[in-house]
Amino acid sequence: MITIINYGMGNLGSVQNMLKRIGVATKITSEIKEIEQAEKILLPGVGAFDAAIQKIDELNLRSVLVHKAVEQKVPFLGICLGMQLLTRSSEEGVLKGLDLIPAQTIKFKFDNDPSLKIPHMGWNFVKQNNPSKLTKGFNEDYRFYFVHSYKVVCDKNENSILKTNHGGEFDSAIQKGNIFGAQFHPEKSHKYGMHLLTNFSKI
Amino acid sequence: MLLTRYIPCLLLKGAGLVKTIKFKNPKYVGDPINTVRIFNEKEVDELIFLDIEATPQGREPNYKLLSEIADECFMPLAYGGGIKTLEQAKKIFQIGIEKVVINSAAHNNLKLIGDIATIYGTQAVIGVIDVKKSLFGKQEVVSNSANTKHKFTPEAWAKELVKAGVGEIMVTSVDMEGTWEGIDVALIKRITDTVNVPVIAHGGAGNAEHLKNAVRSGGASAVAMGSMVVYQKKDFGVLINFPDKKVLEKI
Repeated sequence: MITIINYGMGNLGSVQNMLKRIGVATKITSEIKEIEQAEKILLPGVGAFDAAIQKIDELNLRSVLVHKAVEQKVPFLGICLGMQLLTRSSEEGVLKGLDLIPAQTIKFKFDNDPSLKIPHMGWNFVKQNNPSKLTKGFNEDYRFYFVHSYKVVCDKNENSILKTNHGGEFDSAIQKGNIFGAQFHPEKSHKYGMHLLTNFSKI
Repeated sequence: MLLTRYIPCLLLKGAGLVKTIKFKNPKYVGDPINTVRIFNEKEVDELIFLDIEATPQGREPNYKLLSEIADECFMPLAYGGGIKTLEQAKKIFQIGIEKVVINSAAHNNLKLIGDIATIYGTQAVIGVIDVKKSLFGKQEVVSNSANTKHKFTPEAWAKELVKAGVGEIMVTSVDMEGTWEGIDVALIKRITDTVNVPVIAHGGAGNAEHLKNAVRSGGASAVAMGSMVVYQKKDFGVLINFPDKKVLEKI
């Protein structure tokens, strides 16, 4: 069972649909009591960093999420904005991130090349940087659907598990122990996304 | 490197899919749910659904049908047709559709785009520029299924849309739509030279060469296809299909 955190930001229906398709049971919730019982946590998210953090704090979810991730060490996956929330801060806002993986979120900046668009939107390839249970079995031709204007930069290379190139490489998936983040949308990435979510469900 | 997107653009009429020629003579081509399943198998990049009756009939989107479509769709999905308010856009996003396509509503209330983009981000809003030649051969911006003409140029409207907050622009040539005769590359180039957001070229794609022209010469970030993904060939029967990956990679 994967517990999907509903804090009012993001496309919960699609994530749930894909997990259903690969035969994984889900529960969508914003209740602290239910999150305390979670075996695995998925933190989705679309929108702005501060708006998301505000909602998490309004619902008093910060401490339970950190507790589950750090003390109980349940498998924890942040998707898209949900991955950026795992970092300590974002140039998109001023509020403090969940700070679960040593990394920060910064804006894409391309001064000289009009062919590089922001947001980085569309299908792009991923390259394995460090082996991980989340990306086990990925091939060179694996591609995912991205939509984001900010990118994550890990402090240490060891926490970067996938890299993607958009005007230079950035960390497209990150990990620290049981805590994972994916910048792309697995739920919108066909069999590639199903593979990643299947891997996550088996951790 | 970001890949060019090739996007089936599917037209809804009632609960069925249709294909038009120059925005006219809609012909039934199949069931939307089955079609989505086929496009899932073919791993297409993205899908756009446009309800061609919603605005002319003055009604809201068919949320029930869209919800059934979204449930089957393991790729990014955009919807346009009849969205006039932020509330309606919200319902579309809640269904699990990530982009709304805004055309006629922008002409009546440009602020709607900013209202949606502020909450859901600019990437969630595709602005549409439908372009049609007048009797004198001048390319005019049209809306409301090409029934309403507007005075400004496509470039001027593109700038307005970007200023209002769209993250992408789909440029449709009404004159080429459904003809299989190729995309109006000059028109696409005019828009890609004017704005910096991704441009989806639409109307007239009939073969891989057409797609290539739109991307290489027109500067399009994506190409939307109608006839060529729902018919076997020009003047042939219905066949939901998608160009081979190897063919697209060569573009």
